[in-house]
Amino acid sequence: MNNVLLQKVEGNKIHNRKVASETLLELAKKDRDILVLTSDSRGSASLVPFADALPEQLVEVGIAEQNIVGIAAGLASAGKKPFVASPACFLSMRSIEQIKVDVAYSQMNVKLIGISGGVSYGALGMTHHSLQDLAVTRAIPGLHVMMPADRHETKKMFQALVNYETPVYVRIGRNPVNDCYQSDEYEFEIGKAVTMNEGNDITFIAIGETVRIALDSAEKLAQVGIHCRVINMHTIKPLDEEVIIKAAKETGNIITLEEHSVYGGLGSAVTEVVSQNYPVPVRILGIHDEPAVTGKTPEVFNHYGLSVESVSKVTKEMINYG
Amino acid sequence: MEESTFLKRKAIEIRMDFVKMIYEAGTGHTGSSLSNTDILVALFYKVMNLDPKNPKWGERDRYVQSKGHAVESYWAVLADKGFFPKEELKTYSQFQSRLIGHPNNKVPGVEVNTGALGHGLAVSVGMALAAKKDSKSYRVFTLMGDGEQAEGSIWEAAMAGAHYKLDNLVGIIDRNRLQITGSTDDVLSNEPLDEKWRSFGWEVIEVDGNDMDQLVDVLSETPRVTGKPTLVLANTLKGKGISFAENTVGWHHHVPTKAEFDQAMDELSKQLEVFV
Ligand SMILES: Cc1ncc(C[n+]2csc(CCOP(=O)(O)OP(=O)(O)O)c2C)c(N)n1
Ligand SMILES: [Mg+2]
Repeated sequence: MNNVLLQKVEGNKIHNRKVASETLLELAKKDRDILVLTSDSRGSASLVPFADALPEQLVEVGIAEQNIVGIAAGLASAGKKPFVASPACFLSMRSIEQIKVDVAYSQMNVKLIGISGGVSYGALGMTHHSLQDLAVTRAIPGLHVMMPADRHETKKMFQALVNYETPVYVRIGRNPVNDCYQSDEYEFEIGKAVTMNEGNDITFIAIGETVRIALDSAEKLAQVGIHCRVINMHTIKPLDEEVIIKAAKETGNIITLEEHSVYGGLGSAVTEVVSQNYPVPVRILGIHDEPAVTGKTPEVFNHYGLSVESVSKVTKEMINYG
Repeated sequence: MEESTFLKRKAIEIRMDFVKMIYEAGTGHTGSSLSNTDILVALFYKVMNLDPKNPKWGERDRYVQSKGHAVESYWAVLADKGFFPKEELKTYSQFQSRLIGHPNNKVPGVEVNTGALGHGLAVSVGMALAAKKDSKSYRVFTLMGDGEQAEGSIWEAAMAGAHYKLDNLVGIIDRNRLQITGSTDDVLSNEPLDEKWRSFGWEVIEVDGNDMDQLVDVLSETPRVTGKPTLVLANTLKGKGISFAENTVGWHHHVPTKAEFDQAMDELSKQLEVFV
């Protein structure tokens, strides 16, 4: 029971990428082997202070997303701990073969940080949306995949990543998101989902910035007596199957929420587990299989039903409420 | 009005159109678009064979904007040329507008979707090769950034362009010497750029990329050499036309404040007056 964690704070102005880069800077000051690689992306990654403080630990490669991953793999082979910070849209697509071969297959200790993920760049169109990254990276053996929900989780995740030998792809968003956690005073474990709210009527499983939507939906539904379990699946690989099967058994219906295509991401991952272990109805909320509509991030979210209204409606349908 | 004067005035008017568009939408690549405006005007108002009323006309010259982020100048030019109503510029970057932050071929006049750097030249090689196979005489013009030159895919396409002797293909580099983080020399040096392209089998010619007369002269003369693609190294000023934006790193995607906007429009209007 983690109700202490459900302390949503409104109006947070600190974005996850800033926390990620501050955490890296703190750790890199103590460990010269930590290197950050950028592809004309240090501004977008909030890494300018890092570059100023530790210029020897920042490697700039120019606008070359394939090269950056290859170089990182080489650095890792020599014992360095490279963190590649490049827009998620390019890093997860342009460089995918370098990720598969040079990093995952060769098991190089490279951390791939996809910045401005999902529809952070809502109005810039499909070139700048990363809505297939979970599907693609999740299918690569030997690569782990994560997405933090808020700034506190971002900090915990980056602290954990530094001593984690497996190659990892992490996606973070561009814009500040409201907090899901009260503080960073809690246990974070890679691969272990966090139950953010208890309930037995239905389960919401969310990742990244949709965790907060799930929490808000649970809060609203509690007012009409519907008690929703909320699971934050910050690590989509390795997947916490146990928590999913338990939820299927105890709550029956499941809704998944993700800032990702409805194909191949969290919804698929959950369904793979449920269907083979304890089949229950699952509804997958995410971006439809089309070039996503363009606009501000909340406009795009609303359009695809990633909103409290839509989650509430689907919940009531699933549990035959009213 | 003399043609040269018309083109120079047009370049200023286009700048005013999209600076306003960026200011009102609150987003856009101001410096990048200002940098290449003269190149676009030379191409769309003089050099290329196009029919805005028949954008898919088979014999049209092709334009591919590989540096897709400078879409604001592109939208302003296409609207002014009549590919779509000028009114529509107001919808730029709004929810579900087709005028998104990168070229999008739902909009008449756009051949191919770009925005991820390093794609345009390969697609252009394909277009130019198709013209050869069909014995058509259209030409393909591709605008690239200088920071963009770090993408390896450009050099793969450069080899193919020379290999297939695509003298109907013209690559243009907006050589403003800046990218997002800083100067191209600091971020990832690419010099000597001219020799690189020459050694890849391209005919290389350098111009002042903000000088309309030079641009028209050079871009009109295609192919320059039979059996070879041409690379135009266009030396430009990023932010050209707005004094405080010129050659300033921060203006890559800076959106003018109210005061900056007023001053910018004032400066551009004064540049127009020179021609009356
Ligand atoms: C593949 C890819 N990587 C990164 C970006 C992000 N990006 C957009 S513009 C830009 C800088 C471009 O600099 P340059 O090519 O010099 O163009 P300029 O605006 O100076 O004309 C970058 C890195 C992108 N659009 N595509
Ligand atoms: Mg440049």
